[in-house]
Amino acid sequence: MIPYEIQILVAAFLFAIGLIGLLTRRNLIFMLMSVEIMMNAGAFAFVASGARWTQADGQVMFLFVLTVAAAEVAVALALLILMHKHFKTVDTNQLNSLKN
Amino acid sequence: MDILFIVSSIVAVIASAMAITRRNAVHALLFLIVSLMGVSMMMYTIGAPYAAILEIIVYAGAIMMLFVFTVMMLNLSVSPEDEKRKTGFKTWIFPLILGAVLLSIMAISFLRDPSWEGLHQVILPKHVGRLMFSHYLLPVELAGVLLLAAIVGAYYLGRTRKRNLHRYLQNQEDSYDTL
Repeated sequence: MIPYEIQILVAAFLFAIGLIGLLTRRNLIFMLMSVEIMMNAGAFAFVASGARWTQADGQVMFLFVLTVAAAEVAVALALLILMHKHFKTVDTNQLNSLKN
Repeated sequence: MDILFIVSSIVAVIASAMAITRRNAVHALLFLIVSLMGVSMMMYTIGAPYAAILEIIVYAGAIMMLFVFTVMMLNLSVSPEDEKRKTGFKTWIFPLILGAVLLSIMAISFLRDPSWEGLHQVILPKHVGRLMFSHYLLPVELAGVLLLAAIVGAYYLGRTRKRNLHRYLQNQEDSYDTL
């Protein structure tokens, strides 16, 4: 039996890694991947909580997180392709002007 | 199950840390897939097999495939310094090791005596499905609407604009400010 605190601690570690990646990387692909890591950590916290109290609610919430992640990735990658088409780069530092 | 959870969580954390520090997007995606598999094994060891399988199918299967296709479309992975470097054994050996660790964890947990894994209460997919379509019926339908909106939004953003111009205008097309 793994203590609940350790499971939450692992989720927090993963979330922190994702947050660090989101804040330090300037490549939009890597930022999206960091967001995925963070969402994944949050989903794991849901599942761990569901397992702690032996309720299925945690896994239902995991499904919702999965849905939100899929929708977010679809739209964000479309935006990424648009950005690459317009600016010829995926570096977010280049997005510093409102017009042209 | 303790040691299995700890090993798979270490694999997940290391793979995530490697994923956000790579320079090549494709290598980072490989590490991210390993990380997702590690989280999946963590879910399996704490008694959530349904979530573990969905993690593999939806995250590592569908969402990462979107990422890989986008990276391939944009052709970002090939930069001059990457072409010079030898891309061979060294690039895939580390994800391979992490993946082999996860595979051995899965093999161990399957080959063990079933009575041994009674430490965590296993929540079966039946319970999840029953709860999802009774108590959480409205959020499930809202999730469906969200996915529909995402499909429409992704199509709208990603569509190619086809411009039909008159012959006369086509000659001086350059002078028009295109979108």
